[in-house]
Amino acid sequence: MDYISILSMHQELGLIAVFLLVFLADLFLPERSRPLIRPIATLLLVVQLVGNIIPDEVILFGGMYHSTPMASVMKNILTLGTILVFMQSNDWLKREDTRHKTGEFYILTLSTLIGMFFMVSAGHFLLFFLGLELASVPMACLIAFDKYKGHSAEAGAKFILSALFSSGLMLYGISMIYGTIGTLYFQDIPAGLNGNALQILALVFFFSGLAFKLSLVPFHLWTADAYQGAPTNVTAYLSVISKGAAAFAAMVILVRVFGPMSSEWSQMLSIVIVATITIGNLFAIRQTQLKRFMAFSSISQAGYILLAVLAGTPQGMASLVYYMVVYIVANLAVFGVIASVEHHTHGKLERADYNGLYQTNPKLAMVMTLALFSLAGIPPFAGFFSKFFVFAAAFNSSYYLVVFIALVNTVISLYYYLLIIKAMFITPNEQPIPTFNSDNAMRACLMICVAGIILLGIVSNVYSVLSDTAVKF
Amino acid sequence: MEYTLFILLLPFLSFLILGLAGMRMKHQVAGAIGTASLLGVTFLSYLTAFEYFTAGRTAEGVYPTLTPYNVEWLPFTNDLNISMGILLDPISIMMLVVISTVSLMVHIYSFGYMKGEKGFQRYYAFLSLFTMSMLGLVVATNIFQMYIFWELVGVSSYLLIGFYYTKKEAVAASKKAFIVTRFADLGFLIGILIYGYYTGTFSFTPAIGALAAAGTMIPLALGLMFVGGAGKSAMFPLHIWLPDAMEGPTPVSALIHAATMVVAGVYLVARMFPLFIGYAPEVLPWIAYVGAFTAFYAASIACVQSDIKRVLAFSTISQIGFMIVALGVCTSDDPHQGGLGYMSSMFHLFTHAMFKALLFLGAGSIIHAVHSNEMSAMGGLRKYMPITHITFLIACLAIAGIWPFAGFFSKDEILTACFQFSPIMGWIMTGIAAMTAFYMFRLYFGIFWGKENKELHAHHIPHESPLAMTFPLIFLAVVTCVAGFIPFGEFVSSNGQAYPIHLDMQVATTSIVIAILSIGLATWMYMRPKQPIADMLAKRFNRLHTAAYRRFYMDEAWLFVTKKVIFRCISTPLAWWDRHVIDQFFNFTAWGTHATAEEIQDMQSGNVQQYAIWFLAGAIALTIILLI
Repeated sequence: MDYISILSMHQELGLIAVFLLVFLADLFLPERSRPLIRPIATLLLVVQLVGNIIPDEVILFGGMYHSTPMASVMKNILTLGTILVFMQSNDWLKREDTRHKTGEFYILTLSTLIGMFFMVSAGHFLLFFLGLELASVPMACLIAFDKYKGHSAEAGAKFILSALFSSGLMLYGISMIYGTIGTLYFQDIPAGLNGNALQILALVFFFSGLAFKLSLVPFHLWTADAYQGAPTNVTAYLSVISKGAAAFAAMVILVRVFGPMSSEWSQMLSIVIVATITIGNLFAIRQTQLKRFMAFSSISQAGYILLAVLAGTPQGMASLVYYMVVYIVANLAVFGVIASVEHHTHGKLERADYNGLYQTNPKLAMVMTLALFSLAGIPPFAGFFSKFFVFAAAFNSSYYLVVFIALVNTVISLYYYLLIIKAMFITPNEQPIPTFNSDNAMRACLMICVAGIILLGIVSNVYSVLSDTAVKF
Repeated sequence: MEYTLFILLLPFLSFLILGLAGMRMKHQVAGAIGTASLLGVTFLSYLTAFEYFTAGRTAEGVYPTLTPYNVEWLPFTNDLNISMGILLDPISIMMLVVISTVSLMVHIYSFGYMKGEKGFQRYYAFLSLFTMSMLGLVVATNIFQMYIFWELVGVSSYLLIGFYYTKKEAVAASKKAFIVTRFADLGFLIGILIYGYYTGTFSFTPAIGALAAAGTMIPLALGLMFVGGAGKSAMFPLHIWLPDAMEGPTPVSALIHAATMVVAGVYLVARMFPLFIGYAPEVLPWIAYVGAFTAFYAASIACVQSDIKRVLAFSTISQIGFMIVALGVCTSDDPHQGGLGYMSSMFHLFTHAMFKALLFLGAGSIIHAVHSNEMSAMGGLRKYMPITHITFLIACLAIAGIWPFAGFFSKDEILTACFQFSPIMGWIMTGIAAMTAFYMFRLYFGIFWGKENKELHAHHIPHESPLAMTFPLIFLAVVTCVAGFIPFGEFVSSNGQAYPIHLDMQVATTSIVIAILSIGLATWMYMRPKQPIADMLAKRFNRLHTAAYRRFYMDEAWLFVTKKVIFRCISTPLAWWDRHVIDQFFNFTAWGTHATAEEIQDMQSGNVQQYAIWFLAGAIALTIILLI
């Protein structure tokens, strides 16, 4: 066997190198220079991003590892999102109770990211499952990062229990595929699919496992508790990065592996999409705690992302990845503001706390507003275009009714996003959150996010590049 | 010519800088930034014009159409996409020169005119935005880009007209301008959509086959586009916003309502001219009729107005009518046979921009001196303001069509084109030209001669304006004196071939004689302090005079149509339907949404075992649905 060919997995290897370097730095740096880990980890990831910026196609181990150009774009987007999360985490990691485990945060986050890289570029169910688990287990540790705080530990426990259950179901589905076809290679499975009952069961069980990751209804119930309990920066990571990887994997596997059963899974997806968007929205309306609110908002956003999967076309793939980029910058902007406010007010997270934020912190309020507008899909922000492309993709594949229901739901989502904007700008408050200054990394991160929210929509090259890459995904 | 991009970028940058940080700057700094960027734009525009015209013609004897930039912005299909770019051809370069020159003069002039005004920086920010939009409009590579900048022009003019936003009239005028032009733009947009749908492209030069297949839809689309153009160019009956727009600062009127925005409609027709001639020749005469009626209507109102800016506003409407007529009377794209109007229209656009900007800036100088727009506050000003007086006189002679000032040459070409179309049209336009000479000299004598308002002037002695204001006047006056001798046909003509301008002596003599007669009449009636003949005529034809003074009640007619007919017969029932049926329906759905949200909250119990049950139940339910 040609061991040198392993080197062509350059994205994964690069990330593992980053991981090892951070790990070693954490081990050997003297106590005094420990804070250096923060910039080191961020900069290493930037190097990793820049070094692998050109998308390419890599097939290894007889097809077990298959990274398409689109997958490599997706991995870069995940890296970018992680960099933004790292930039937001500085304040939190400087806190008295987390300072001593700064390194752990980076190590755990990077190992989940490695898992997602393998998920995205798997060509075999076994590798895919390994990646998924590698992404899940450290995630539980991250959620329970503030383990001495009751709710964080509780959230971690809930997450790991639900994750175990879903993994079990997914493995069961995979084993049925192996049982009926006799192979787990993605490229060999389609030939053996005939749509019998066992295979349908396999499809549903496998999809349920993914739906857990994507927090689709009715597999979403852990989401709110985990989002609320986890430290805010972890919630941010959870809401965009792990969701993005799962959505991409869902699209690749459903189209490439379960392609012959597309009539079955499109029916299933339609039901799940409608349920997810609607129920996510209905719950979001009633939330007054922002992290919990963002949990339901992200549930309904996942429904929109699935519209692109439903389309099942290269256009759908392009719009999915585009949606993810836009969603990442907008959601991270929101979480950046939430984390900033939480840090400087010692834990204020209620919507009512944000009343009158514009008077004291106008810039933060503006960032939040732009991000919420983008999430709600209001032109001319990027969120409008991403929703538009996703709808167009599903529409072109003639899922009119689903698109219509999704459209109606955008109105509801606009309502609850506006509630926050109203709180910040209109509702009077005797004692608004006092004026404070965020640290530089957070500011830079929010600026990048705002630039993304405004420019991604206007600079149409982004979408054309994606749709050129998506021709064969 | 890659540097043309900076023609758009410079004013945009200056807008960003002044808009974001202007309020922290000193007035002079903000003004200097705006003016410096405009200086750069003007330099680049002249450089572009110089390079373009010295590069020479192609083998076919026409100037090439260059697109230094054309970026595909929103692709819909392979043919139908929206691009953003820069297109250079003789007319767009001519417009670049006009806009940058006038805008630069206005920037300099505003230093003096707006000195000490609150919001000075905001003013310069808006000026930059406007200039950028207008430049983007003329260099548009396709009809949709043109529309985008067209609307930007509308917005920035709205901001500038309403600059004195604490003044009620200014706010009303800005709203009126925005709503009326926006209403017309609806026609433009529908025209663009029809055009894009049937030709499969937004380009100015669609495939011949697509055009032929589109049949009667092309005249329809072009007609609707003209409606949009008529709104911006204040053609009857959509002209009502322009006189009110005089509430804005006077230099703004010079820039927007004399030289640039109001000619956007003319430019639009000129841009689409090959399509009009080739595929919709039946639309063109109608354009000419609209233009001719507007020219006459506005000229007759201009004869009796007493607010000097309004006189100029109506004179602008009338002159734009001339340009539109000139385009409308074209019957072919050969300048030697019926295509002369195209060249003459562009020529008049060019010269008119210069002398009308001069008139407005002169009016601004006068208003600056006497603090009033009314002619009754003026009279006898020639003693106090010599520079303003001389430059104003030059502009009046130019617009009246006296040799050797610029207006003579361009107007003469228009009249020649009209006579070629039909003698009746020729004589009508000659008559309107006579009216022009008459009302301009009525204005001139009313301001600088006539009866001096001694009481007011004793209280506050009028003075000549500072150099920042007189320099643009002198500059534009010099341009007005020499612009007529530019061999314009060498650069711009309907088919791109060089067209040597030659004066039709018969038309030229007639028009000069008539102009001199009208000026003589105005001199006889208005030069002396007492004006018995004018007063007698006003009394004799009292009703006509009042009607003309009230602009023939067009504003009232529009108000009647909107307030009485549309509001009462259409809007009121719709409002009822909206309030009682639509609102109630949505209130019901909102209530339903909340109630459902309330009902299903138990699903989220926080109990992990229950989560697992839901999870499994969901998977099984999906399996069952798929199996059935």
